[in-house]
Amino acid sequence: MNIASFASAHKKLVTVGFILLVLIFLATLPLYGNDYYINLLTTILMYTILAVSWAMFSGATGYMSLATAAFFGVGIMAMAFLYGTLPFPVIVVIGGVLASALAFLIGLVTLRLKGIYFAIFTFGFVMFISQTAYYTDVNILGNAWGHELPLMDPGMLHYAMLGLTVMTLLTIYFIRRSRYGLALLSIGGSEEAAEHMGINTTMTKIVLFTISSVFMGAAGAIYAPALIHVEARIAFNVFNSFVPILMAIFGGMGQLYGPVVGAAVFGYLDRTLRVELQEYFMLAFGIILVAVILFLPNGIVGLLPTLQERLRRLTARLRKGGETEQHANT
Amino acid sequence: MPILEGQGVTKYFGGLAAVSKVDFAVDHGEIVGLIGPNGAGKTTLFNLISGTYPLSSGEVRFKGQKLNGLKPHRICRMGLSRTFQETKVFGNMPVLQNVLVGAFFGTPTHVSGADAAKEASRALEFVGLSAMAGYPIQDLTLVNQKRVEVARALATKPELLLLDELMAGLNPAEVSEAMGLVKRIRDRGITIFMVEHVMKAIMGVCGRIMVLHHGEKIAEGTCNEISCNKTVIDIYLGEETHAGS
Repeated sequence: MNIASFASAHKKLVTVGFILLVLIFLATLPLYGNDYYINLLTTILMYTILAVSWAMFSGATGYMSLATAAFFGVGIMAMAFLYGTLPFPVIVVIGGVLASALAFLIGLVTLRLKGIYFAIFTFGFVMFISQTAYYTDVNILGNAWGHELPLMDPGMLHYAMLGLTVMTLLTIYFIRRSRYGLALLSIGGSEEAAEHMGINTTMTKIVLFTISSVFMGAAGAIYAPALIHVEARIAFNVFNSFVPILMAIFGGMGQLYGPVVGAAVFGYLDRTLRVELQEYFMLAFGIILVAVILFLPNGIVGLLPTLQERLRRLTARLRKGGETEQHANT
Repeated sequence: MPILEGQGVTKYFGGLAAVSKVDFAVDHGEIVGLIGPNGAGKTTLFNLISGTYPLSSGEVRFKGQKLNGLKPHRICRMGLSRTFQETKVFGNMPVLQNVLVGAFFGTPTHVSGADAAKEASRALEFVGLSAMAGYPIQDLTLVNQKRVEVARALATKPELLLLDELMAGLNPAEVSEAMGLVKRIRDRGITIFMVEHVMKAIMGVCGRIMVLHHGEKIAEGTCNEISCNKTVIDIYLGEETHAGS
């Protein structure tokens, strides 16, 4: 039995084994990794949460939300303001709840907007909240120098982010498999038909948009200490709205693990390329993305079936070759 | 009591009356045809019945209950389902999942996953597409996509089905097949209200026909009455024969 046929025969086993290996690696990393790598992986996990949550709603429905940075930023600001007054996990929950409350309000007013209007509104909203929060923080609350968060153990932040990642992935895995996942997809397919087939599309959109933002807010709260210095314009950086989208597109949105792969690859490139090839980073970023959009409409993971097929054919040919050789010998 | 009835159904788009003071009634177990030239307001009337947009005035009742102001998903769950003139399948999922959406969400009560799957494959089998259940819907021909829409509507367990130009673009063999399908749906106890341009199909399956012109109902009756009606011939059938000759 060769590797390819074993993999196809025990697909579930291989998948579970692979996930376990990754989890073990991530869970034991703080024991032997240095701070640089721990930080890198925490960042990748953070991006994973953003990309997967974004893709759950926007990937399925086609409603392009650019509000990710707003939800993420609300989590960061929650931690900045509340750090030290409440236990860390409680603040993370508060970050998630505040973000989802905001998402609920945005959903209530904007999910009637279609296509580009929804995208533009959410984009404008990030700008609005960024400026408003900055003004309030500096001029009304008097935090002219932002907020300093004490240095926290990177290993502890890593475990918190890992825990949240697992929770996010599990929740979204089950949502995608459930009837609500089907409802979201049908809205993306044809909202009018979805509505006529008995789906309360407005409700579905608002509820799932709200759920997706919980994880974004919580991720922001956990990530805040890693920033050390927090101010509103950093917390609500609109870059954080686009990066998860690029990751999700790059990885492919058809599968749950697409955005995960995208976040891992991009998160890594982000850190390494930015250090080594500063000027070329954005250029490389752009070229890779254009290439993926043009040639891999289903993202990097869309390549997988093709590769599997190639591998299968290759092994089949090798085996055939072996057999003919045997025949020749007899 | 008719299963579906409308009184003074009117819809303005801007100043234009797309549908104007139309009264109609569909009895339980009937197949009623709705014909009229392009732009007569047929699809608009269907959209008003299924709740796509609100009426400007008038009233639509289904099983005695007023539909005015109800959202399409509520109307669907009451047992009134439909297909679309320009097919609106869910292009991002396979055939079976398309039908599954109807089975999951189209009924008034909560449906378990197993029951929905069973209902969906039953509906697919009914329209003769079981073999294609796993195909991406985009790989199907337009004819088959329309049949998926019928299956999807049937999966919601409707009592009344609105068919909007099911047979447009079909060849004669496919038309007779579709006519058979329509009759089999009725034989399941589902009342049918259908918009159609293919006269052969209308004459073949409908017990009664309504004619719309410029948003107004200009005639109603059996197939024979309609095909002999002077006004109808002038504005509609006449036009067709001239165009055909």
